[in-house]
Amino acid sequence: MQFLPNLIFLALLGGAIFWFSKNVGRIRRNILLGRDIDRSDNPAGRRANMLRVAFGQSKMQARPIAGFLHFIIYASFLIINIEVLEIIIDGIFGTHRFFAHYLGSAYDIIISFFEILAVATIITVVIFWWRRNVGKLDRFHKPEMKGWPFKDANIILYIEVGLMFALLNMNAVEENFASSEHSFIVSHSIAPLWSGLSENALHFMERFFWWIHIAGILAFLNYLPFSKHFHIILAFPNTYYANLESKGKFANNSTVTKEVKLMMDPSADPFAAPAPEDGAPVEKFGAKDAMDLSWVNLLNAYTCTECGRCTSECPANLTGKRLSPRKIMMDTRDRIDEIGKNIEANGEFKEDGKTLLGDYITQEELWACTSCNACVQACPVDIDPLNIIMQLRNFATMEESSAPAELNAMMTNVENNGAPWPFSQMDRANWINE
Amino acid sequence: MTTFTVPTLAQMNASGEAPEVLFWVGCAGSFDDRAKKITKAMAKILHHSGVSFAVLGTEEGCTGDPAKRAGNEFLFQMQAMMNIEVLNGYGVKHIVTTCPHCFNTLKNEYPELGGEYKVEHHSQFLNGLLKEGRLKVEGGQFRGKKITFHDPCYLGRANDEYEAPRALLEKLDVELKEMRRCKQNGLCCGAGGAQMFKEAEKGDAEINHVRADEALETKAEIVVAGCPFCNTMLTDGVKNREKEEEVQVLDLAEMIALSEDL
Ligand code: SF4
Ligand code: SF4
Repeated sequence: MQFLPNLIFLALLGGAIFWFSKNVGRIRRNILLGRDIDRSDNPAGRRANMLRVAFGQSKMQARPIAGFLHFIIYASFLIINIEVLEIIIDGIFGTHRFFAHYLGSAYDIIISFFEILAVATIITVVIFWWRRNVGKLDRFHKPEMKGWPFKDANIILYIEVGLMFALLNMNAVEENFASSEHSFIVSHSIAPLWSGLSENALHFMERFFWWIHIAGILAFLNYLPFSKHFHIILAFPNTYYANLESKGKFANNSTVTKEVKLMMDPSADPFAAPAPEDGAPVEKFGAKDAMDLSWVNLLNAYTCTECGRCTSECPANLTGKRLSPRKIMMDTRDRIDEIGKNIEANGEFKEDGKTLLGDYITQEELWACTSCNACVQACPVDIDPLNIIMQLRNFATMEESSAPAELNAMMTNVENNGAPWPFSQMDRANWINE
Repeated sequence: MTTFTVPTLAQMNASGEAPEVLFWVGCAGSFDDRAKKITKAMAKILHHSGVSFAVLGTEEGCTGDPAKRAGNEFLFQMQAMMNIEVLNGYGVKHIVTTCPHCFNTLKNEYPELGGEYKVEHHSQFLNGLLKEGRLKVEGGQFRGKKITFHDPCYLGRANDEYEAPRALLEKLDVELKEMRRCKQNGLCCGAGGAQMFKEAEKGDAEINHVRADEALETKAEIVVAGCPFCNTMLTDGVKNREKEEEVQVLDLAEMIALSEDL
């Protein structure tokens, strides 16, 4: 029976890792349902971008107060996780404060530092909670944030406070042990709260908080794949695979290039174009459903932390239009998630009569975009909602001819007169003599 | 324009000459009455600085930007290929344009289709002339005037150029008062992404009115733009707020031409 706690711990840890891997695997599969796109170029530039934007949080600092508060939570998270390593070692081998034997008196200083971070985290979380629930920050209360997304944001805040609370109390209880060898800066001051307990009760409470803490961490881990908080992991690959070129450069479709070249070349043999192989699907222009988007678009969708910085800078949204770049990302994620579930249930994707364009994103949203790139600039994790909007427009215009009538008229003018207005090409140089 | 003629590339080519730079006028610059004034101002500056330049005239066609942003990749590439054929036919190496949309498309989207040129927005090109000492600018009538600058999305965020226009304004000795949202955070005028050619979707305000308000907040006497479409949108916004008597909307090129009495 002596090893029972170790076995329970191992089972818990193993189970948690198993479930987490399974759900990460699901998300990975969903992302790879996207169209292929090459982002293997410039690894050095990509690493630098990831270090700057994800690790260094550079774009968060555009809003200094929120950026600073977020940095506290982020830094605490990274650093306090070192202690999780100790907890796991202790849990597996039945040791107690494994690192203390090696670090000597430095151990108390390090843990004291962690405790200070824990307090900073609690304070920050309270501010964040206040901002979200009591403050009137517009971007947290847009239509797409109703229901689950709003709850999700709060749940994580509660978990974070719970974890920090357990950590501090565990240390505080231990300081009351007859055999106590440690004293840490914050828990030292709350230790008297527990001083009335018997030695047995103290040991029980210490274990209780220890288990709450580690169980909470594993629960948190398994909550991530269902939450906007998955960004703490995906922010890294997402910034690595981000578009590093000028934001104004929109990709040229190479199938179209081939066709146009053929049309323009008077000597081209019209029969030289390779006929599509029998049974091969005819290539569709643009994107109608989530699977038509690239895997980078889908990675973006799972990375989105629903902060709404994009939407709060969007000129269309600012002037009351339905378009919200955050909603574009959330819709894309919800749809590809739905497609993933469909595949799990049916072995392969079974037509469900729904598509991203139409059932999730409306034409009204699509055509309100000015392609200004404010959303892309604002996103702290380098997400590109505009790229999705443009692919949906490609589909609407080229496959469905459903662009607004005025745009069709504009395009007819370009086609006929080489200008978006009905002026004659021959009058182009009239200004010279006017 | 009576004082000098603007040659077309075809004319220059016929007499065996090649210009230093091609002035890409763009559709707005060719047809829109307000934008034509910007085009003329730019031509005057080029002439005044002794730059040998030419235009394509009737051989120029829409770059395809509005078609591409409206989702019509096919029409965009048709336009691009036709323009590239003309440009490459004349052996064009260097292009300057007063339109950030043309600038962006020529610079970023043409190379893959076979059109590789050095492409500059006029703010960049004029800065180059200043540095080389070919263009001299003094404050003139704008010295000490309070102005504000509206960053065009396709020059700023799309191509990370925020300094060139400001460097020109500095030369004019104006007092530049930035808007609340400027540079990376500048608010769009509402014309991009082919919005210029359609009514806006239902909402509670027009984007250009909101942007005009931000410009008016600075109490500037002149709102400076670097794009013919922004110019139209802001002019319209200022009119809507009934401030057109007090506040002018001018392009960078017009500011320079006016200050030099061109
Ligand atoms: S690019 Fe479109 S979606 Fe993004 S901020 Fe501009 S108008 Fe909004
Ligand atoms: S796309 Fe980026 S800026 Fe917009 S909500 Fe998601 S994470 Fe925030």
